[in-house]
Amino acid sequence: MLCLLALLFAFPTLAVEPSEILPDPALEARAREIGRALRCVVCQNQSIDDSSAEVAHDMRRAVRERLTAGDSDADVFAYMVARYGDYVLLKPPFKAGTLVLWLGAPLLLLVAGAALLLAARRRRHTPIVAPKPLDEEERRRLDALLKG
Amino acid sequence: MRRLLFILPLLTLALMAGFFAWSLTSGRDPASIGSVVVGRPAPKLDLPALRPGEPPLTDADLRTGKPVIVNFFASWCTPCLAEHPLFTRLSEREGATIVGIAWKNKRDDALPWLKRLGDPYQLAGLDLDGKTGLDWGLSGVPETYLIDGAGIVRRHYRGPITERDLNETILPFLKGAVK
Amino acid sequence: MVAELGHFALILALAVALVQGTLPLVGASRGDLRLMTLGRTAALTQAFLVLLAFGALTQAYVTSDFSVANVVANSHSAKPLLYKISGVWGNHEGSMLLWALILALFGAAVAIFGANLPDTLRSRVLAIQALIGVGFLAFLLFTSNPFTRVYPAPPDGNGLNPLLQDPGLAFHPPLLYLGYVGFSVTYAFAIAALLEGRVDAAWARWVRPWALAAWCFLTLGIALGSWWAYYILGWGGFWFWDPVENASLMPWLAGTALLHSAIVVEKRDALKSWTVLLALLAFSLSLLGTFLVRSGVLTSVHAFAQDPARGLFILGFLLAVTGGGLALYAWRAPQLQGGGLFQPVSREGALILNNLLLCTLAATVLLGTLYPLFLDLLTGNKVSVGPPFFNATFVPLCAPLFAALCVGPFLGWKRAELWPALMRLRIALVVSLAAIVVAMTMIDSRSTLAALAFGFGVWLIVGSLASLSDRVRSGTLRTIPRSTLGMVISHAALGVVVLGSVATSSWNTELMHTMKPGDRVDFAGYSVLLDRMDEVRGPNYVAERATLNVSVGGKPYTVLQPERRLFTVQRRQVAETAIQTNLLRDFYATLGEGNPQQGWVIRLYLNPLAPWIWLGAALCAFGGFVSLSDRRLRIGAPSRRPSSLQPAE
Repeated sequence: MLCLLALLFAFPTLAVEPSEILPDPALEARAREIGRALRCVVCQNQSIDDSSAEVAHDMRRAVRERLTAGDSDADVFAYMVARYGDYVLLKPPFKAGTLVLWLGAPLLLLVAGAALLLAARRRRHTPIVAPKPLDEEERRRLDALLKG
Repeated sequence: MRRLLFILPLLTLALMAGFFAWSLTSGRDPASIGSVVVGRPAPKLDLPALRPGEPPLTDADLRTGKPVIVNFFASWCTPCLAEHPLFTRLSEREGATIVGIAWKNKRDDALPWLKRLGDPYQLAGLDLDGKTGLDWGLSGVPETYLIDGAGIVRRHYRGPITERDLNETILPFLKGAVK
Repeated sequence: MVAELGHFALILALAVALVQGTLPLVGASRGDLRLMTLGRTAALTQAFLVLLAFGALTQAYVTSDFSVANVVANSHSAKPLLYKISGVWGNHEGSMLLWALILALFGAAVAIFGANLPDTLRSRVLAIQALIGVGFLAFLLFTSNPFTRVYPAPPDGNGLNPLLQDPGLAFHPPLLYLGYVGFSVTYAFAIAALLEGRVDAAWARWVRPWALAAWCFLTLGIALGSWWAYYILGWGGFWFWDPVENASLMPWLAGTALLHSAIVVEKRDALKSWTVLLALLAFSLSLLGTFLVRSGVLTSVHAFAQDPARGLFILGFLLAVTGGGLALYAWRAPQLQGGGLFQPVSREGALILNNLLLCTLAATVLLGTLYPLFLDLLTGNKVSVGPPFFNATFVPLCAPLFAALCVGPFLGWKRAELWPALMRLRIALVVSLAAIVVAMTMIDSRSTLAALAFGFGVWLIVGSLASLSDRVRSGTLRTIPRSTLGMVISHAALGVVVLGSVATSSWNTELMHTMKPGDRVDFAGYSVLLDRMDEVRGPNYVAERATLNVSVGGKPYTVLQPERRLFTVQRRQVAETAIQTNLLRDFYATLGEGNPQQGWVIRLYLNPLAPWIWLGAALCAFGGFVSLSDRRLRIGAPSRRPSSLQPAE
């Protein structure tokens, strides 16, 4: 969204500018896709495509230069990570440090779901207990009630 | 076992609250974005000189066996004004080697700015299109890097350096106390 | 003078809240009716006092009383009246006062509308509400007093953040807080139930309207915030997975789960401890959101001025409320006996699946929001968790939720067959499959996932309406219970939201062009002419305004006037987008920087179905209100009777 820090550090211009756009639409589409997944490092929660910060402009240009030079998408991401670390990726990489982030919620779903299903199965196998036959005392009271 | 299930929400909360309290009391800056260049050899440096007639800046300038301070600045950047006197002091009183790099700044703007405020830089380069800045993991100006004699980046300051940075880390680094 | 009156009223309110938070509790445990009825009087008095304080602050803002520090920091005499008023809650202190006010008003509402509650339950609920109020009022008085004076008074104020000077954002916080704070009532009901050791159908019936009301407001608040982001931030996005947005989404998800599980308690006397937990969590997550926004542990666009001391206070408060609630839960909830048995394939089973998925969604958002913090503290590694992460984790989980959503209402209680339910949905199934095929072939053949998501949107709408088809056929549509009608509306509205968000994010058209006055550009079948550039003057800003004449087939179609405003007091630029909508798509234009020599950058977007996102959200909340108007909730004071005597629907 808004770059509060960027205001401190740099003068604002625009998000993706017309002059940056690559002539090849397929390459430009890839650049956009990548741009949306890279974080503007001085912004709050904004991709470089949405940011007007100077550094976002440089990063967009670098993405396009790498793509024009024939890099794959993965190469471009690696290029950015080498300079700005994992922080630059809006989708954190799947590795030891982010295991809990990626698997935490699905694991929760699996465990809770499995526990619920097990409980349901156990319940199904519980035989419905037939009511205990009345004992002598109870039968006498019932008779009294019915008669009365 | 069933009992444990009912305590689970409380335990989760305790865990989270622990992290929050840790974060609040540790003085962590949530806006800090870290730096991956620290501990690694200084990124590539290949820039034309800012001052006319001087030789271009190269990697060799950062591997002289002596600690070097690299400072990215620009004449249009207000926080740079704030830290400028500190660099003047470092240069004049402490004899530090400071490499200044004008980032996205025209020569015609940067040179008068240095003339007006004083020029603390032994070496000065011009990164007009910001490509070197990107290689260095720069997020804006001003930013400052401390590089040891072997050319390894030891510290990276985002934003203007302060009196406190000067006393607590930069001066000890120059004296060889901070590795 | 008025400010001092407000300050004094706030102190009195704290005193009253202390009384309200203690004596009725004692009364309830001793069976002392006098102490219990004290709760009602105190609740009304407290609401009156906080209202007085709020009125005093509003008065200071409206009259631009710059001897009050809060007004100086956040207002300016040249501001339009609407933003003078909304400035009251456009800052930390004022928004906390609004929290306290809404909390007190909800307390008063429980006192007034809770006449049919048993005395002990009502007094306990009111007391717990008051204890929460004590926390907020103490927080205000001791760390965030909005009535602090400055001497000498400056001639004018610093003005309000220009981004907040917008009608959408003026009403966003009050709606959001009505939602957050509304869940305090369900929290109070949950605590009271744990104290009494009793959760039954009657309890569920009492809680549900409050949960429903809070949920409706929260839905509206979130939608308004998202709409604001859409038209003010200027690149057509509507949801950014920002920590603040996430903070409002988590209680919404928990609240939605609560609405559904409370039905099971009401109808079948099952899921009791789970429902109590959700009632606690919905409010706890609201508090967590407040903590995250105000403490400075996370950065966010919307964050208020942050201060670690304040952060520790809120953390303490969060711990007291949530920790207290969850500790009581850990102690008392195991005693709650679950009731009715059921098969996995049944209405109960479907509602449990709903809860399971909604809670997993909430956990995903929670983990994603807090993970960067955890990782940074533990390892020092910085990561970002942004939209692509949530698109990869949150969105896929919605698929089973949406798939099951339409089936659930066709399943009977206790045990049901899946096949007959699916058979009744066969038309919906066919229509949605057709929608997928149409989307694939006619709109965009590359994006299979978007087409699939579009199909889910259609499925939600048609599948929800299918439950009405029997009633339409038998001519009993008019006798349908309002709660059922509300459910159908809200479920279908969710489909509308899905269609809007899928279409606008996957199939929008965009053009960026540098233009000088007189330049013309073709865009998606329209011809756009930059007619002229003007300088315009607002009350507290100057702006550059572009006039774009849009024509189609040579005929004038519409005129769009996007602006770039420079707010003179703060020296901040804000883009004002121009949007022309025909409810099926938005024609969206923004003005970038430029000058007469090189021209101005104009960005044009065509966002298909974009208005449906907010129309759908509003409709969703409307469904909630329809359900809330069900006569069974208003009259027929629910009494504690065995739930088996109530007719199942």
